[in-house]
Amino acid sequence: MTAPLLEISNVSKRFAVGSRFSSQGLRIVNALDDVSLSVMPGETVGLVGESGCGKSTLGRCITRLYELTSGSLRFAGTDISSLSTREMRPLRRRIQMVFQDPSASLNPRRRVRDLIAEPLRVHTKMGSEEITARVAELLDIVGLKPDHAMRFPHEFSGGQRQRIGIARAIALNPELIVLDEPVSALDVSVQAQIVNLLADLQERLNLTYVFIAHDLSVVRQVSTRIAVMYLGSIVELGDAEDVFSRPSHPYTQALISAVPVPDVGKVGSRGRVVLTGDVPSPINPPSGCRFHTRCPIAQDRCRNERPVLRQLGASRHVACHFPSAADQAAQAVRP
Amino acid sequence: MLKVTGLNVSFRTEQGLVRAVENVSFDVAEGELMGIVGESGSGKTVSLLAVMGLITDPNAIITGSIAYRGRELVGLPSKEMRKLRGREIAMIFQDPMTALTPVYTIGWQIAEQILAHEKVSKQAAWQRAIDLLAEVNIPNPGEAVHRYPHQLSGGMRQRVVIAMALSCNPALLVADEPTTALDVTVQAQILDLVAKLRRNHGSAIVFITHDMGVMAEIADRMMVMYAGRVVERGSKEELFLSPRHPYTQALLDSIPPLVGARPRRLRTIPGTPPNLLNRPAGCAFAPRCPQRFEKCSADPQLPAGARAAACFRVNP
Amino acid sequence: MIFALLRRLGQMLFVMFGISMLVFLIFFATPGADPAARIAGRNATPEVLEAVRKSFGFDQPIYVQYATMMKKIFITGDLTSFVNRGWKVVPAVLDTIPVTLSLVIGAAVLWVIFGLLIGIIAAATRGSWVDKLLMVLGLIGISMPVYWLGEMMNLITQSRYHDTWMFSWVPPLGYKNLSDDPKGWFLTLVIPWITLSILYIGLYGRVLRASIIESLQEDYIRTARAKGLSETRILLRHALRTSLISFVTLFGLDFGALVGGSALLTEVVFGLQGVGKLTYDALQNLDLPIIMTTVMYASFFVVMANALVDIVYILLDPRVRTS
Repeated sequence: MTAPLLEISNVSKRFAVGSRFSSQGLRIVNALDDVSLSVMPGETVGLVGESGCGKSTLGRCITRLYELTSGSLRFAGTDISSLSTREMRPLRRRIQMVFQDPSASLNPRRRVRDLIAEPLRVHTKMGSEEITARVAELLDIVGLKPDHAMRFPHEFSGGQRQRIGIARAIALNPELIVLDEPVSALDVSVQAQIVNLLADLQERLNLTYVFIAHDLSVVRQVSTRIAVMYLGSIVELGDAEDVFSRPSHPYTQALISAVPVPDVGKVGSRGRVVLTGDVPSPINPPSGCRFHTRCPIAQDRCRNERPVLRQLGASRHVACHFPSAADQAAQAVRP
Repeated sequence: MLKVTGLNVSFRTEQGLVRAVENVSFDVAEGELMGIVGESGSGKTVSLLAVMGLITDPNAIITGSIAYRGRELVGLPSKEMRKLRGREIAMIFQDPMTALTPVYTIGWQIAEQILAHEKVSKQAAWQRAIDLLAEVNIPNPGEAVHRYPHQLSGGMRQRVVIAMALSCNPALLVADEPTTALDVTVQAQILDLVAKLRRNHGSAIVFITHDMGVMAEIADRMMVMYAGRVVERGSKEELFLSPRHPYTQALLDSIPPLVGARPRRLRTIPGTPPNLLNRPAGCAFAPRCPQRFEKCSADPQLPAGARAAACFRVNP
Repeated sequence: MIFALLRRLGQMLFVMFGISMLVFLIFFATPGADPAARIAGRNATPEVLEAVRKSFGFDQPIYVQYATMMKKIFITGDLTSFVNRGWKVVPAVLDTIPVTLSLVIGAAVLWVIFGLLIGIIAAATRGSWVDKLLMVLGLIGISMPVYWLGEMMNLITQSRYHDTWMFSWVPPLGYKNLSDDPKGWFLTLVIPWITLSILYIGLYGRVLRASIIESLQEDYIRTARAKGLSETRILLRHALRTSLISFVTLFGLDFGALVGGSALLTEVVFGLQGVGKLTYDALQNLDLPIIMTTVMYASFFVVMANALVDIVYILLDPRVRTS
């Protein structure tokens, strides 16, 4: 068995909001609560969940944009959770990030050529001719034309800007790319292009992805494995197609059944689990299982005892006291 | 009840005339849910803003006809339009986070609309606000009326916006991507709410979305817009089960499936939507269309009728 | 709510303490100069110097000096100016406060009313000639230096056209007490009020217009239109209401600074014995005790105005109240 490329162990992240002087005083947001996850080389791990579930925070912790409150991160065998900015530098080349809003992450006053060349200038000793050649190569890889190099970001459509963002991210031949909602801001027709591009790049450049998105069908399309998050914890983890066809955790079932499917024949026949209410505040999360306030099958035990993420079947992990067995789960969602 | 005929909306800009909506026609029957699908820039929102009389840009040129229950809305004096707006025709917006004025309580904002249209006492308006909040399933409505928008979650705010739209029992409800900004579980709640309100109020609804899944769930009839024009219309079943226009087909194909086998690659539509400033001659979709042929250099027309597509492959 | 207010008050006291320390250190603990010599002023005799040294405790440790100074200003109030031979500083400063307050409050009333009017009218008619005219007038108001404007006003109302029907009512320069002569108080201040407020009317009108127009782009304005509200109501109840927040911030800062002595030029031009004029005279004589007291007074006023702005914020913006 190969070693994982990235090992996230018991990672927690707490933010302080407000201040000691505000009317409610200093409050602590538990954005991530004891998250453990291994990412194998070459796979795509999809992180899904509603807004505020901690999926983006986890992405930012992996790239060390945020400091961990506790826990550890091992990348290719090295513990990177306590490295200083300076020690982190050589590793920055190997871990890259792509953001949701391509226009916000590209400096509008610089040409595409310079935007893509920037990481090369900062991290390598390439000469200017080499850089020019590499930029041309990268443009070609992400499906842009050579003459696009001299243009400014505002001259591009959203999809093309995301291609520029991807070209920047792969410029240094990274091993791991954290993609934070990379297609959410795009139109459906363009979204598919980017999803395909990411799949091609993964194959061609042997990349490992952590793919964060709220669109479940996109995540299912790109992911090898899926981690479903709720209020800062992973509640279900497993093989992508398998999790979608046989979700075990009641939250996963509700989440999947809530997605409207563009298939007229099936509408109405799907048993939808509609969750009531909103996600509780991460400042003061519910006791026991954090999902019990909205869970259709919650019992006394769920209110008092917090379920741990435990193995269920060959490749599935579930944090629930009463997970559906494989066929029951299938029944619950699609009769 | 609503009949839009040959609607054109253009904006004068420094670079030239932007034709945001061109020759758009559709009608909505009493109690019906009409869905409009399209990508950003397809003109779907602008068409609805024109119906609401909410295009305030002095550089906008609106021509064509919008008839509401036999009454022509294009060119209606703004004072007359104001009486219709909010009372007979109400609107739900995309982003609930910014759709409410931050400095007033939600009860105040709902009552304000009721008081603008009906001669009722303040107390009666506030009482109605409480009833409306209860109807859109907001817990503790009597207390919730005194809350400010920032104290509510996105889903709750969208319920408030919906309650506000319903406050004068409008005959026509116009919804501009009302669930796009919400999480799927909240979206499911809102879609259920819309279905319930349709049963209780019987309002006709025009519903814009880019999400084919949402459309499949709620629409009666649909139309698909591309680059400012209607490219196909028909019943929901017709559009989903036998799409005629290559764009509708491609749109359906490019959505990753949620069940069944995963395709190795998604089918995509190459290229990007045209710039409305210099739209290509002929069919606007032709440059991206897998089925284009010589005829596509001419402008395809959308034939009249309930089921139609603007494509030379369909109407040679 | 009350807790939040009390806490704000506590912060205010803390900041004031900090300011007093800072001012004290700047004036009396800067190395290289004898503070006694500074307080005594130019050409002081050795006897005076000795008296100063004793009176301010300069032979004692620095914290005792600070305590002595604060006692003289706040408790016994017997801080003495040596330049002006025994003039008690604290009563002198207290005497000037009503003058400055009268000037600034009156001007503030004018500039708030006209600033609001200009901002609202310009925003409502944006793009039209009315809007353009108001904005040009506003710009002219901002560009006229207050001392020049004041002198022009004096030239017109005191000498050139004083004998015409238009300005014959204008009394000679100077200040009259409100309690002694309300009519005289009002008449002497009319021209200074106008002079001082013109800059701010222009400034506030322009700022408010920009802020309202920005608010009008917000999504909730579209919602308000969709509700079928009238344009007037949308402008006043929705756009203006949310724009007032920046207006109030600006007002708090300007008002605090003016009361704290920034009305100096107006006071000098119109011969009003206000805080600014007092500071101005003290600076010319290098009268350190007076400068020290007015600087502290000014900074206290700015801090207080800021605290008031925060309280008004809480009333205006519910997001501040609970978030």
